[in-house]
Amino acid sequence: MTPLYGYLLVSALLFAIGLAGAMARRNAIIVLIGIELMLNAANLNFIAFWRFGANPDAFAGIIFVLFSIAVAAAEAAVGLALIIAIYRHRKTANVDSIDTMKG
Amino acid sequence: MSIALIILCILTIGSAVIAMTLRNLVHCALAVSVTFAGLAGLFLLLDAQFIGFAQILVYVGAVAILIVFAVLLTRATQAPGESSFSTNWFRGLVVAGAVFVVVAGALYSSKLLNGHGSTATVSVRQIGDRLMSTYILPLEVLGLLLTAALIGAVIIALQDAEPKGRGQK
Repeated sequence: MTPLYGYLLVSALLFAIGLAGAMARRNAIIVLIGIELMLNAANLNFIAFWRFGANPDAFAGIIFVLFSIAVAAAEAAVGLALIIAIYRHRKTANVDSIDTMKG
Repeated sequence: MSIALIILCILTIGSAVIAMTLRNLVHCALAVSVTFAGLAGLFLLLDAQFIGFAQILVYVGAVAILIVFAVLLTRATQAPGESSFSTNWFRGLVVAGAVFVVVAGALYSSKLLNGHGSTATVSVRQIGDRLMSTYILPLEVLGLLLTAALIGAVIIALQDAEPKGRGQK
């Protein structure tokens, strides 16, 4: 059980938890939180491979995670703005009832 | 397998499970902040200090607050009998469990994971140099993306203007 294996297992578990939450919950905000958890799990994966991988001097892992964090933050902002706008129109944040594109 | 690693892993996984199962949305947002902080601790244990602090700044300091704002702005009046879980929540759980089993099985039977730890430290100066030389184009595109996301989010969430009266003054 190398440290890399442990970190990858934690990352896979976090990803599965985020996936379960994104699929099983009704509220759109919780779905977004699940998506953020999945992105964070992928970041952990990258950093674990950067630290224990074959070429630890390369910067690709760090730079990729940096960009991933920034893009995920931008996506969370836009997603939450969308949820707020939908809530104003439909008076609900329930993903099961936002199933029509009719205005 | 240090004690700090075990504590951080338990904290991260536990708060993630709590965040995905609580009914109260604000409690979910707080639990996911603990998850983000635990992940920042794991990044620090992995010698990625800049990423650890960026994680705290961006996720705990901005995304979690944004989630709390969104929760408070969409206080849906939920009928007391309604469940906060979808009707086919079990399928979602099964699929997530299957994903985890497949990935864990692939990890278990993989021969690549003889990870030898390295002691290469990466300074912030080196990251800055790389960002300004090799990765300058993605950096500029990221700036553009963040600007677009900022403006777009504000416009989307803006209150509609009051509809004017129909011709009567």
